[in-house]
Amino acid sequence: MALDTVALAQTTPDTQQPFSELGLKPDEYARIKEILGRRPTSSELAMYSVMWSEHCSYKSSKVHLKQFGDKAPKSDALLVGIGENAGVVDVGQGYAVTFKIESHNHPSFVEPYQGAATGVGGIVRDILTMGARPIAVMDPLRFGPADAADTRRVLPGIVAGVGGYGNCLGLPNIGGEVVFDETYIGNPLVNALCVGVMKHSDIKLAKAAGAGNLVVLYGAKTGGDGIGGVSVLASETFGAGGSTKRPSVQVGDPFVEKVLIECSLEIFAEDLVVGIQDLGGAGLSCATSELASGGSGGMKVALDKVPLRDPSLSPEEILMSESQERMCAIVEPNKIERFLEICKKWDVTVTVIGEVTDGDRLEITWNGEVIVNVPPRTVAHEGPVYNRPLAQPAYIDEVNSKTVDVPMPTSDSEIKAAVLTLAAAPNLADKSWVTSQYDKYVQGNTIQSQPDDSGMVRLDESTHLGVAISTDANANWSYLNPYQGAKLALAEAARNIATAGARPLAVTNCLNFGSPEDPGVMWQFAESVRGLADGCLEMGLPVTGGNVSFYNQTGAVAILPTPVIGVLGVIQDVRTRTPMSFTESGLELYLLGETKEDLAGSEWAFLHGQRVGQSPTADLAQEMRLIELLLEGNSFFAAAHDLSQGGLSAGLTEMVLRHKVGASISLVNPAIDLLSETPGRVIVAVNSADSVKLQELATKFEIALAKLGVTGGDSLTINNVRISLTELSTAHTSTFPRLFG
Amino acid sequence: MAKIVVDVMLKPEILDPQGNAVASALPRLGFNFAKSVRQGKRFEIEIEGEPTTAQLAEIEKAAETLLSNPVIENFVVRVEK
Repeated sequence: MALDTVALAQTTPDTQQPFSELGLKPDEYARIKEILGRRPTSSELAMYSVMWSEHCSYKSSKVHLKQFGDKAPKSDALLVGIGENAGVVDVGQGYAVTFKIESHNHPSFVEPYQGAATGVGGIVRDILTMGARPIAVMDPLRFGPADAADTRRVLPGIVAGVGGYGNCLGLPNIGGEVVFDETYIGNPLVNALCVGVMKHSDIKLAKAAGAGNLVVLYGAKTGGDGIGGVSVLASETFGAGGSTKRPSVQVGDPFVEKVLIECSLEIFAEDLVVGIQDLGGAGLSCATSELASGGSGGMKVALDKVPLRDPSLSPEEILMSESQERMCAIVEPNKIERFLEICKKWDVTVTVIGEVTDGDRLEITWNGEVIVNVPPRTVAHEGPVYNRPLAQPAYIDEVNSKTVDVPMPTSDSEIKAAVLTLAAAPNLADKSWVTSQYDKYVQGNTIQSQPDDSGMVRLDESTHLGVAISTDANANWSYLNPYQGAKLALAEAARNIATAGARPLAVTNCLNFGSPEDPGVMWQFAESVRGLADGCLEMGLPVTGGNVSFYNQTGAVAILPTPVIGVLGVIQDVRTRTPMSFTESGLELYLLGETKEDLAGSEWAFLHGQRVGQSPTADLAQEMRLIELLLEGNSFFAAAHDLSQGGLSAGLTEMVLRHKVGASISLVNPAIDLLSETPGRVIVAVNSADSVKLQELATKFEIALAKLGVTGGDSLTINNVRISLTELSTAHTSTFPRLFG
Repeated sequence: MAKIVVDVMLKPEILDPQGNAVASALPRLGFNFAKSVRQGKRFEIEIEGEPTTAQLAEIEKAAETLLSNPVIENFVVRVEK
């Protein structure tokens, strides 16, 4: 194919262009022509198509996501907010922490290992790009039914990919989720979170300021991988795109990324960059247009200078390539020599590909001929915005009008069977099969990881300052009531931080939904965003950034609305944290928070095939009082554990099995007490001498308090029902090995 | 008895970290001939007698489903004399 230049585009206005194959709608194509005053060149078309894809432009979600800004609570902690690669939060002592969660769902279905691996690689580079050293990762995962054949293909590959990439980078994996539901078959969710730490002064932004500054590409060479990944893979349902010439899957190389991290941190430490951006989805198209529009707008790039792994690539393909482990930096000319030296030291390929100009156009040339000449803001930030129709789906009234009707255990043997069934249920069973493939302790700063309520890492070895992170979603509740579901997930994640004694500080999110072209899905999305924004305002927690993943569906069936909420908190001294379980006998166990008959959306109802009823209503005022109680009680609690999926039954199972110390519990109404999933509840263990202090705290913060029993023995005993720890442990730990080998 | 060889290589567009590692190790050991290296894997399958067309088709199928990952790899089946 002949090179399509700007000059050629001007003289051949009527050339047919494959805009619809690239995912652009006719009116979007018309708008590009209007912006440019001519037809786009094929390279420009490639850039607009990837940057205006749902994945990059947030064109369906933007109008809703605005609420995170509009309703943002006042927070002194937020140093960098939404819009940059990741938000940055002040955690005190001069430290800042950046964290973000992103999806890599579709690639992970096509090629589980590489899809998940490059998902980790991408989020780690996002964190690095802010100037931070990545210190930990987490991975909330969702799959089809645990016993489905395709889950046996997808799950081991994804888990190995997450582990393979993260372990090679030397990053501890400190938590996440593994959840099964039939709606995720054919569309597993792979969300990857990374957290990084830096000093306040080290924050870097994606902007290309200062005419004459150089545009530098460094890291891996560009190959033909992932071409069209963004526009075709990440934005359209499978089967619609047809097969492409180039494979849409990227293969990453974690060792190259590790070198890239160290090289970049050395470059940052010497203050050699003005702006920086990683190359993720939409590759160079994204990096150049975002950097340019972050500055004054002018940039000139010679695309033929980009080092290639495959010399046969066309300029359009180079612009769209999603080859991994690449970064783009803006460097002042007097600092370039040192920049190149550092890259040479780390054996990182580096090339000056262009410079910042004082104009307002992004101009890209190929062997001297202009192939792109666009206003960069129109590519990066001023893409189409859709106010898509939304309508409450018909199922909502239907499921909300029903009530959960499941057999409740009454006899001793039924109660025992229920506890054992929940302990073994794939959603609640021991996840060691997964987490043992991850390195949890590398770097030596991991304080907590799975199966604790939250992941916790130490930031400073002398002061023991640390951060805790938890990610949560309850898609069953979101299905019944997306507004409440998002609030409840936020509350749960915050509670999971607070049980350890860390104060919740900031929120990130990964919003996984079906097709935005379905008004019902769009309604679920809008309600979830509204719920999360309202919840964050009420709890005083700013949203620092996030990610939206649409088109998660197989055929006409959308996944359950799955807003994964990540909350980050700070703990002044990690040595004072409260563990999730007890190691001693004779401690008193208490339940904080009231238990109501909340079976709708519960694991017990799910196990009986019922997803009906009304989700609980989030009481965030109560949640905040509970959090304050936990933070104040941290000084004397022996253990504290959040209750969520699986209710008290699952909570007790996890606690007694953690250190193999049993407990004797007495319950007035064992069936509901064990199986209900009323939010806002925590089990705490205290020395009997401290029980008065606990009662005083409960009174002070107006939280219901009930004594459950005492710790000790080699069984979990509930009223007259005795379940030996051996039996409970066998039920809890055998599910994953049985399913996945 | 016939030997059937299945060669599996990453598709040319796909990054090959192992091949790259070999390529960068060669000059360190004094071998300066390589412009690039790609690493693959080879299966040798023995069968009784000469392979029939049906057997070869079956081996093709096996290569596609088990021996290679068709998302990122290509393969070639040949009979070795």
